[in-house]
Amino acid sequence: MTTLLGFLGVLAALLVAAFAARAAGQRTSNAYLRDMTFAGAFGWMLLLAALAGGVYLYAFVDGAVFFRWAVQFFAVAAVAAFLFRLAGRSVGTEATKKGFRQMPLTASFGLLTILLYALTAILAPLLAPYGQSEVVGTVNMLPGGDPATGGDPAHPLGTDQIGRDLLSRLIYGAQNTVGIAFATTCIAFFVGGALGFLAATIGGWFDNILSRAVDVLMAIPSLIFALLLMTIASAWAGNQQWQLTLYMIFIIALIDSTRVFRLARAVGQNIVVMDYIEAAKLRGEGLSYLIFREILPNATAPLLAEFGLRFCFVFLTIAALSFLGVGIQPPLADWGTMVRDLAQFINFAAFSPLAAALPLMAAGAIALLTVAVNFVVDWVLHRSSGLKD
Amino acid sequence: MTEPLLKIRGLTLEGLSDETWTQIVNGVDLDLHRGEVLGLIGESGAGKSTIGLAAMGFTRDGVRISGGSVEFDGIDLVNARMGVKRDLLGKRIAYVAQSAAASFNPAHKLIDQHTEAPVEHGVMNEKESQEDAMRLYERLRLPNPEEIGFRYPHQVSGGQLQRAMTAMAMSCRPDLIIFDEPTTALDVTTQIEVLAAIRDIVEQFGTAAIYITHDLAVVAQMADRIKVLFRGDEVEEAATRTMLDSPQEDYTRSLWAVRSFERPEKPAPAAGAVPVISVDAIDAFYGDVQVLRGVSFDIHEGRTVAVVGESGSGKSTAARCITGLLPPRSGVIRLDGEELPLDYRKRSKEQLRQIQMIYQMADTALNPRKTIGEIIGRPVEFYRGLKGAKRRDRVAQLLHEIELPPGEYIDRLPSELSGGQKQRIGIARALAAEPKFIICDEVTSALDQLVAEGILRLLARLQDERKLSYMFITHDLATVRAISDEVVVMKDGEVVEQGPKREMFSPPHHPYTDLLLSSVPEMDPDWLTNLLEERGRDNIGDAAVNKMA
Repeated sequence: MTTLLGFLGVLAALLVAAFAARAAGQRTSNAYLRDMTFAGAFGWMLLLAALAGGVYLYAFVDGAVFFRWAVQFFAVAAVAAFLFRLAGRSVGTEATKKGFRQMPLTASFGLLTILLYALTAILAPLLAPYGQSEVVGTVNMLPGGDPATGGDPAHPLGTDQIGRDLLSRLIYGAQNTVGIAFATTCIAFFVGGALGFLAATIGGWFDNILSRAVDVLMAIPSLIFALLLMTIASAWAGNQQWQLTLYMIFIIALIDSTRVFRLARAVGQNIVVMDYIEAAKLRGEGLSYLIFREILPNATAPLLAEFGLRFCFVFLTIAALSFLGVGIQPPLADWGTMVRDLAQFINFAAFSPLAAALPLMAAGAIALLTVAVNFVVDWVLHRSSGLKD
Repeated sequence: MTEPLLKIRGLTLEGLSDETWTQIVNGVDLDLHRGEVLGLIGESGAGKSTIGLAAMGFTRDGVRISGGSVEFDGIDLVNARMGVKRDLLGKRIAYVAQSAAASFNPAHKLIDQHTEAPVEHGVMNEKESQEDAMRLYERLRLPNPEEIGFRYPHQVSGGQLQRAMTAMAMSCRPDLIIFDEPTTALDVTTQIEVLAAIRDIVEQFGTAAIYITHDLAVVAQMADRIKVLFRGDEVEEAATRTMLDSPQEDYTRSLWAVRSFERPEKPAPAAGAVPVISVDAIDAFYGDVQVLRGVSFDIHEGRTVAVVGESGSGKSTAARCITGLLPPRSGVIRLDGEELPLDYRKRSKEQLRQIQMIYQMADTALNPRKTIGEIIGRPVEFYRGLKGAKRRDRVAQLLHEIELPPGEYIDRLPSELSGGQKQRIGIARALAAEPKFIICDEVTSALDQLVAEGILRLLARLQDERKLSYMFITHDLATVRAISDEVVVMKDGEVVEQGPKREMFSPPHHPYTDLLLSSVPEMDPDWLTNLLEERGRDNIGDAAVNKMA
């Protein structure tokens, strides 16, 4: 009850403050302040209140460990992104320099993150202090590397439930999870894109058959469908774990290619009606010329944006399947499996933030890449839509 | 002299392009007294629409007022608070946009949109406003004024919608209306009806108006004074008659002179000559709807046949039949006396090469991701097998022929060209195939008059040099007069009349041709008044077309 009253009190105070601020703004000559709406003023007040709350939480509340970590991480990320952009502006060719000059900080952060992930994945055997399936220490060692809080400097991120080094597993996870997701997305795009453009160009019965088939596939909830197919596949694969991984790639690619098909077909249909396509048809051009030389160059922007998003979805699907136990099989390190295996530690958050951080590291790695990819995609979309006019 | 209603002094506007602000209007002065109509004319990019909006104290996104003043009845609109402006707009200042179809909300009935402003501003209540709307509809000569307001925008024709929009602008009896190209998107017979309606109602209520257009003949009918703009600068301003009779500036004179281009009609083809293209009694359908009924015409070597008619008359469909995109259900199309397969997929490469097309919208006709060299080079390579340096030479030669310096343009993208240049690239692409016959589908209607004239002269020169035959689809009779040898008039999918240009432009006419010809505005400021007296108020526009059916 008191919480509710306090909330209402804050709301009322904000409303009053917004009204006062707006009234004061209307007396100034600044056009933005003068024409500000009440809703706009309220938004500013809310923002100020949230900022004040954040500062209070950061400075005075002892329990807000995760909040403090988040703020610190945010600050480090912003500085890193800024420095990365600065470096991009002074190194490289004229074209890349120009790209970096117009880049927002979010995109620079996204690019930097993706670059780091890629490097980690490629150099995993060099970077990781131990092997991904090597049992090296005591089980469930806390991260931090400080013996006083139950850590060990040799395992800065601690160990898991059977004593494998978590830092090594996180690094190898980048290779497995990200690599498999990338391969899957590429297959999904090749299949879905090609069929979608074909359907848009040929039209008629061909389009109808393909579209209805895709409708049927899309009608089944994707995660359940994937689970079903994976169950069948695991019977086929028997004990061959690599086969199961291969099946998983194709199954997720198939399910995701239906979404790509929809997009490619819709984009293609908008391009097919253009006069330049008509001119090419009347010239007597063949189907492959129409698709690859006339349609594809005009569809790259939306397809690229979709690629970024699709990559995230595939990535999350793999993590989800692994979490459920049918995805990437042990002993291969995988972020989804890591989250599942360590999930129960989240219950100790109130007593030991360090213990709760165990499952969150893998989850954070997934979240960070997802956010980074989306930042870059947003930027690419913005740039390509700006180029159109 | 009383204080003007609208007083603009030294107005400068800036537009955002490539993230820098560049000046697009450089200090324009403007005075408008009560009950006066001022015509703003100029080519695209002259800043006329931007000035029109700034007169309401409004700018589009990416445009800002950077200097000068706009005073409406003593109120400073540049520095006014949003609330003050909101009280004025719709009530005392109204705006009529170019495309009524895009400006009405398709989800609401006309009369509900009409009554919104008066009710919001507290001028009238809902019921009074509805009755007033019906009176206005009647004044604007909309059919069934009692009932038409209860229709949705898609249920009335384009001309009716534009008049409904004018009625809506009038709903609060504003002191000032800005008309931004209100008739540009309309057919000639519809345009005249809207012009007459606008002029009547502005006179009756003594409303001041700014009339923005690029069409001189239209502005001559509507405006008391004309102001000519060029790239954000005022060129000159004078009373309409003075301006038409004795323009002072070279630029204005060049605008006036455009309409004088006319090439002599070529002698008739020899008897028994085989036409390049012969269309014989074709019937075409979209689904079950018949859009062409027994259309026949011949096009001889080196001649231009203009196909005219209003939108929906089937002139573009006829072109689609000739190209084979829409195979007619019956009838024969011959190329050099030889029967062509009706479907383009069944035609040989050689047959496809002989028939080329130039499109109305150069924007959609050129692939935006390909360079000019690739666009023109493809047909060169496809039909003649030229590759590498030879192909590049041929493209350069073609660019030279369309009067663009090859070195400068060959590696550009279409988005880096102006509208007229893009249209020239479209022409070069057609020429690259070395055809006998080119279909020009409204190739000049999206262009400014000076640019359009350049395109027409280029087409005429190429025809003389290469003995090309043109099928020239247009709704603009001035263009027909300029370039054609023969004219085919179409209406509702049928050929109404056809013959040499000389005969078509002199009486006696078929009644429909007569209506079309008489509906084309002339530069004489008394033209509309005289025409209305001559034909009668009920014998123009849709009404007259319907009588014929």
